[in-house]
Amino acid sequence: MSMQQHPWLLRVENLTKIYGEPGPDTLSKTGPSFESNICPDTDSIVACADVSFDLYPGEVLGIVGESGSGKSTVVKLLCFDMEPSVGNAWLRPYMDGAVDMLHVSGQQKRFIRHHLMGVVYQNPRDGLNFRFSSGGNIAEKLIMAGHMHVGRIRERASFLLEKTEVPIRRMDDLPASFSGGMQQRVQIAKAIANHPPLLFLDEVTTGLDVSVQAKVLDLIRELQQELGVAMIVVSHDLSVIRMLTDRTLVMKNGRVVESGLTDQILQDPQHPYTQLLVSSLL
Amino acid sequence: MNIVEVRRLSKQFELHILKEKRIQALESIDLDIAEGEIIGLTGKSGSGKSSLMKCLYRTYLSSAGHIFYRTGQGRVIDLASAGDHEIIQLRKTEIRYCSQFLSVIPRVSAVDVVSEPLMPILKDRAIAQEAAKDLLERLGLPKGLWDAYPVTFSGGEQQRINVARAIISRPRLLLIDEPTASLDTRTKDVVIDLIRSLKTAGTSVLCISHDEYVLDRLSDRRLHLQSGRIVHSIQPSL
Repeated sequence: MSMQQHPWLLRVENLTKIYGEPGPDTLSKTGPSFESNICPDTDSIVACADVSFDLYPGEVLGIVGESGSGKSTVVKLLCFDMEPSVGNAWLRPYMDGAVDMLHVSGQQKRFIRHHLMGVVYQNPRDGLNFRFSSGGNIAEKLIMAGHMHVGRIRERASFLLEKTEVPIRRMDDLPASFSGGMQQRVQIAKAIANHPPLLFLDEVTTGLDVSVQAKVLDLIRELQQELGVAMIVVSHDLSVIRMLTDRTLVMKNGRVVESGLTDQILQDPQHPYTQLLVSSLL
Repeated sequence: MNIVEVRRLSKQFELHILKEKRIQALESIDLDIAEGEIIGLTGKSGSGKSSLMKCLYRTYLSSAGHIFYRTGQGRVIDLASAGDHEIIQLRKTEIRYCSQFLSVIPRVSAVDVVSEPLMPILKDRAIAQEAAKDLLERLGLPKGLWDAYPVTFSGGEQQRINVARAIISRPRLLLIDEPTASLDTRTKDVVIDLIRSLKTAGTSVLCISHDEYVLDRLSDRRLHLQSGRIVHSIQPSL
């Protein structure tokens, strides 16, 4: 048991995103008990609310839920793709976890995003620049993180592509000419290029063939074990969650309805929605 | 000294999707496990044996009561209410659970499945793999299978993988569910020897079994469960 003062890598408190003008009762009139995330008074939409958790170094946390549950919003808020309405988050490698990263300047956010995070999106077009070659995409990330030496950047890019099983001879090809699974692997190579301590994976295997999906999952698992990187894995698919994660948050209508060890969530789910989800597992 | 003290432990399942149906799995269980003690857990299927084990491992959340666990460093933690991160840490370093059937991540070789629990401790893949091969050899798993995927193995072969994976990291508390059900007598004897040698090193074991041969040779004491309650405990006359 580590007696460290801050064992967490990432601490998230009350993360909330509301579209439109909320009223005084917006939060108390939305959520799973109302089966809705639309405020009846103001029609504002509560994408997610009151999401709090600690992520430990090297830990893999799953967020599971149906579309519209707010699970992707959580990730988008944490990697600065969106601005939260309310909430705080501290990342230990940034200012020793003493400064709320959600309320710093845009320049600081870009620094955090480029140096301390990697993001892999469901759609490779969100994570890759399709006008750059696969190698160029990785180089872009490295340059953003302050690397300048062209030879070394190229070396690192080919190392990463090899690691993610993308043929090196396709390093100078555009991602558009790649298969979906290969695009996803380039995206992963790009995301881990600068050794981030934290990786976000948003529905990364959704839409891939089963065998391709298996290879991408194997790759993620291997990288996790080898690099010890902490991950937040967002998926609607419980078998992905089961394979990758230690702990799971279950979301519905913008709220976390249950959290626990992944095996506990799967074998002894408490919330009616989680029970339904687990019983629907093939 | 006791490593585990279970007090008034109850477990109830509430099945919301079946019209709020309730199932009482365990009722007011009291149980002490001493350091280095092997307890055989018996009872008909559905009597609560696996539920008890899963409550100890926190795969099930306890509905009431306490599970006091004394760590290697002498701290007492209530496994029924401890935080998830604390449980994750204990599972990595002290507590192992071996289910009746092997459930592993697909496309991982037998040697890697077995050596995986050692990785956080040793941090050296080659040494961990050597230790795994050693165990698989003792358990008589044909060499040709070491690099193959256990999903395709026979029941007995999978069970050997399962046992090897459970004991390789020499946990302080081993929860093991039917470790020998599909093994031949020779392999049973090996499993019994392996678990007894863990005991000698101080490991406490809770073992579910229906096999008199194994229970006789393995357990220091037996507990019998019936409808979620401990009905009697037998101390073998040694």
